[in-house]
Amino acid sequence: MEEYGGGDLLSEAMGSAARVVVVEDCVEAPGAFVLHLLLKRALASCGAAAFLALAQPFSHYDRVLRKMGCNLSLHRRNERLHFFELLGFRGGAREGTIADSFVRLYNEIQRLVEANRAGENASQFTVVIDDASLLEVVALGSVNDVLNFLHYCFALTSEMNCTLVVLIHEDIYADEEKMGLLLHLRYIADLVIKAAPLSTGLAADVHGQLSVVNKGTFREQKAKAQKVWNFHFKVKENGTDFFYPGTRH
Amino acid sequence: MAEAVVRCLRDGRLDGEHAPALAVEGSLQCCPLAAGAMLHIAAALASQVAAGKAQARGLVVVAFDRSPQVYLEFMRRRGLDANALDRCVRILDCYSDPLGWKQKSQNQQHQGNSAKHFSTNKENITVYRSVKDVTKLMSSTTELGGGFEGEGKKYFSVAVDSISSMLRHASVPSISGLLSNLRSHEQVSSIFWMIHSDLHEPKVPRAFECLSTMVACVEPALVDPICGESPGNMSILELNYSKAKFIVRLKRRNGRVKHLYEDLYIEGNDIKFDSAPSVSIEVNQSLVPKVQFNLELSEKERSDRANVVLPFEHQGNGEPIRIYDGRRSLPEAQRDLSLTAPALVDEIKAPKSGTAKGEIHYFRDSDDEQPDSDEDPDDDLDI
Repeated sequence: MEEYGGGDLLSEAMGSAARVVVVEDCVEAPGAFVLHLLLKRALASCGAAAFLALAQPFSHYDRVLRKMGCNLSLHRRNERLHFFELLGFRGGAREGTIADSFVRLYNEIQRLVEANRAGENASQFTVVIDDASLLEVVALGSVNDVLNFLHYCFALTSEMNCTLVVLIHEDIYADEEKMGLLLHLRYIADLVIKAAPLSTGLAADVHGQLSVVNKGTFREQKAKAQKVWNFHFKVKENGTDFFYPGTRH
Repeated sequence: MAEAVVRCLRDGRLDGEHAPALAVEGSLQCCPLAAGAMLHIAAALASQVAAGKAQARGLVVVAFDRSPQVYLEFMRRRGLDANALDRCVRILDCYSDPLGWKQKSQNQQHQGNSAKHFSTNKENITVYRSVKDVTKLMSSTTELGGGFEGEGKKYFSVAVDSISSMLRHASVPSISGLLSNLRSHEQVSSIFWMIHSDLHEPKVPRAFECLSTMVACVEPALVDPICGESPGNMSILELNYSKAKFIVRLKRRNGRVKHLYEDLYIEGNDIKFDSAPSVSIEVNQSLVPKVQFNLELSEKERSDRANVVLPFEHQGNGEPIRIYDGRRSLPEAQRDLSLTAPALVDEIKAPKSGTAKGEIHYFRDSDDEQPDSDEDPDDDLDI
């Protein structure tokens, strides 16, 4: 992602070359605020975005982002934001149909990305998925179909200069032996942002801790860049504060 | 040693033997380094091939995990020019459109209109769209391999990146069959592949190890005994993403297994190997619990402890014993003859060695006495 004037710890930790961002969260520390922030930044820097919403309807995100100073309805009308409301997405009963549904969804996204790239004002394109755990649900548990779809989205990032942001709930996979989808996503990610509660419990001023792992693939030229970050966050109506532990007054 | 491994792959198959096969195993904790190791081996082998020093005329990379451009760019950075790449490297691109989704969509859009071919094949990249069909994958690979120009027998090397991605589309037996067939193919000089061990059950990487003649494991530099991502472990995570251990097991023809070990680390956007293993790892793997106070002794503290004089032992220098008995202060006791050494000496129960003059020479027993020995531990007290 380009360096927007984020100027905060999260932008610093993310750097500029991350193509695939995986956000992990859990019930005690929901990570949706990271998606909201990244979506706002994607649209703010004259970029375009495709948002695949399986968790909430458009009105929810519109309300939340409006308080953060971003008008999703306007962006949608201007075709800078392409919103896919997938709450009723049916993967289909038979295996063939699940794959076909994903193929259709992917093709639509690819068309949008290509159109953006070929257009007059070619800009940074961001694909946001909220969330991968629900993709598995609509695929009726077929992890392979979800991974195929995510692989194609991932391939878009290298071919079409776009960014992929995926949210996944880490605690759903905590007990499984194989951790299937979660492990695969961690492998393909350039950047893993993990929201976790504080080990000391609930607090009024600190809502949790965020760890950012920048795997630093061989695309980046920076030598000796810091790869692992850890800081606290507090979610507010109009945004989120990021700060190192103990630096809040 | 990475060089030894590349040499084995470069030298290729011996007469009457199958092609040497290298399995590179990585895990999530150090996956950028495992990927780097794979890129390094591919680039190093391609360089040897381009320079005419290898048995093979060319390298075929079956790419699942990364875009073909990543390999080509890495090789370019390692000094291979466009001409050498065109001559010696072919990439079977199973990354861009593994299941043919893009082609299907293109066909629907341009019904019969072939004006715009989807992703026209560049010189050395061939898009492959049927990853579930392992037989077809085999024939595509050998077809690409047979296309290298040169003199002599048409040998080629194969790199598969990665087996883990292949396993999502095909079964273990079919992929094992593919690798065995490639190994025994008369034109294949050498073969190497990557597998991510934590994505599968333990028996799966082991099954592929059995097919190999060399196994290179990329392991984290530091193993954290306490799993988790608390802030204290951030430095370990950070280190494991920039440095790792490269452990190689080479199987010789006579059955002996040779073990080699190197460090590997990322420098900028390149990967480097270091044959001097680091020593500091032991410190972090001690059994001392991680608490906020120091439980270990420094050198000065150790020597001070050794110099402490125990109260009831002889100082062993022939002078009268200075023992405070609680009744008088010590200087007064010195003047009082009844309390000086001779009287006290008489009270010692077990003289260690006696001479005619009645001197007592005490030799301290060794500190590490065996438990349950017959000696009374109070024997060396001078009460």
